[in-house]
Amino acid sequence: MEPGTHDLRVLIGRQRLCDVLFEGLGAFMLLMSLFILAALFINLAIEGLARLQPDFFLDFPSRRAGQAGILSAWVGSVLVMLVTAAAALPVGVAAGIWLEEYAPKNWLTDVVEINVTNLAGVPSIIYGLLALGLLVHQFRLGESILTAGLTLGMMILPVVIVSTREAIRAVPQTIREAAYGLGASRWRVTRDHVLPYSVAGILTGVIIGLSRAIGETAPIITIGALTFIAFLPPAPVSAVPPFINFEWLSSPFTVLPIQMFNWISRPDPAFQSNAAAAGLVLVILTLFMNAMAIWLRYRARKRIKW
Amino acid sequence: MVRHFHIDNPTMKNDSSTAGVHIPSARAIESVGAGGFRSDLLRSTSKSSAIKAEVRGLDFHYGGFRALKDVSMQVQANEVTALIGPSGCGKSTFLRCFNRMHDLYPGSRYDGEIRLYPDDVNLLAPDIDPVETRIRIGMVFQKPNPFPKSIFENVAYGLRITGEKRRQVIHEKVEKALRDAALWDEVKDRLHQPATSLSGGQQQRLCIARTLATEPEIVLFDEPTSALDPIATASIEELIIELKERVTILIVTHNMQQAGRVSRYTAFMYLGELVEFGETSRIFTRPAKRETENYITGRFG
Repeated sequence: MEPGTHDLRVLIGRQRLCDVLFEGLGAFMLLMSLFILAALFINLAIEGLARLQPDFFLDFPSRRAGQAGILSAWVGSVLVMLVTAAAALPVGVAAGIWLEEYAPKNWLTDVVEINVTNLAGVPSIIYGLLALGLLVHQFRLGESILTAGLTLGMMILPVVIVSTREAIRAVPQTIREAAYGLGASRWRVTRDHVLPYSVAGILTGVIIGLSRAIGETAPIITIGALTFIAFLPPAPVSAVPPFINFEWLSSPFTVLPIQMFNWISRPDPAFQSNAAAAGLVLVILTLFMNAMAIWLRYRARKRIKW
Repeated sequence: MVRHFHIDNPTMKNDSSTAGVHIPSARAIESVGAGGFRSDLLRSTSKSSAIKAEVRGLDFHYGGFRALKDVSMQVQANEVTALIGPSGCGKSTFLRCFNRMHDLYPGSRYDGEIRLYPDDVNLLAPDIDPVETRIRIGMVFQKPNPFPKSIFENVAYGLRITGEKRRQVIHEKVEKALRDAALWDEVKDRLHQPATSLSGGQQQRLCIARTLATEPEIVLFDEPTSALDPIATASIEELIIELKERVTILIVTHNMQQAGRVSRYTAFMYLGELVEFGETSRIFTRPAKRETENYITGRFG
């Protein structure tokens, strides 16, 4: 064996060792983070699972831990999410479409783009302060479901805009040219092609935004959500005309994370398991929403081929 | 406004009435509204006219780059005209001027004219809506690009954007377009399946049917077979030869043999200039310019 060959083998062996070490390290880190998540979840489950009875979902909060439930909290969360989605979806999608399909490429749109990306990094409590000054005091919308929904809507707007743009960008230019080539106007191309082909991607972004919003506490506290609500907002639908009403929008409310926060701060340990149970509901809700986003994306990929 | 066409064109009938036929109709249309979109009135006369379009001193710039330099040529009605030349010579850029595709991208500028006959409008005039131009001049692209919708909806789309609502009419025209594109027998039992389930060659014929459905006056083909296998290529070429009975065809190809097989006229382009234009048989056997000969004999390209 020539000495040159020997050196080369030593070198290759060393590189292979690095390879194995790095692979092991990466796998270990991944397991660690999964383990922490699992530990958190199991901890919540151990403490809270016993409280997850049907009554827990149907009872209002109470001074007695054993009778307290999350009825007003989950109803509040659902209604706030409705307003959030209704506010963020049209605004975010329209903004994303405009930026991607209509906006001229100049320094002004560059500034807008950079700012949209930056907005995603603004701490949520800042949105709370903005909403307190603007929505609660200036527009006198009160400490209502409407205010909370609009606040969270503003907060997830950048997520919706960015994911809309990404989904739109995934539509190949050749498809746009095919439609333009047939004499479609820009609006027809957007309505008949760009939007339908990217709807799954857009919804994915909206759901991910909502799953972030549903766990938000700081901005909701800032605008003055109550921590103890023993009533439900007026029902949005009723059996008598006009069947649909919007009184619930101006109703005071609480949401799941605030209910949790409230229970955690009580000295009675029984409330701790209530908090754990509420946390469990919140985590499951978030996981469910993310699963839905993944499923949507998977289906779209299977359905639309270029 | 009497217009004289002096073209070096042996196929043109030698009586001056050929050119005279459409001039009154062009004038009649202008009295209806200059440049008005009345192809229904015009279609009856378009068959007899010899020239479908005339390019005059066309310059095209994008992003400060002069991609086309003073291009002038004529496009014969109901014939296939091929644009050949090495990559980057501007042949696709030239083709995309006819349906104002460049308008989709910022920083492009046209100078000169492309006049469309018989109604004698300048397609490049700023007051001509490119949307109208694209309805009248169809395009088939390099890679088959069917919409991710059903076969039927792909062909019906052009009809829908031109405002056709009657289901019966849409059905008839879709069938006719698919027959014209020699695809009907293969897809008639699966019209509502996704277009992307078709093979590459079928997809390209679907794209041709999609373009034909709205009965355009000119169809632009931008290297339509470059992504296809030889058998699919042959069927597309056959189709192009058949289609010239009904429409005027401009085809970009970097396959010289293809130009020889399908076209009556050939334009050789190089570095943004139209080097030579004439009958395909003449260009390929007796090129007048050195560059043309060098390209055709494979010395560069």
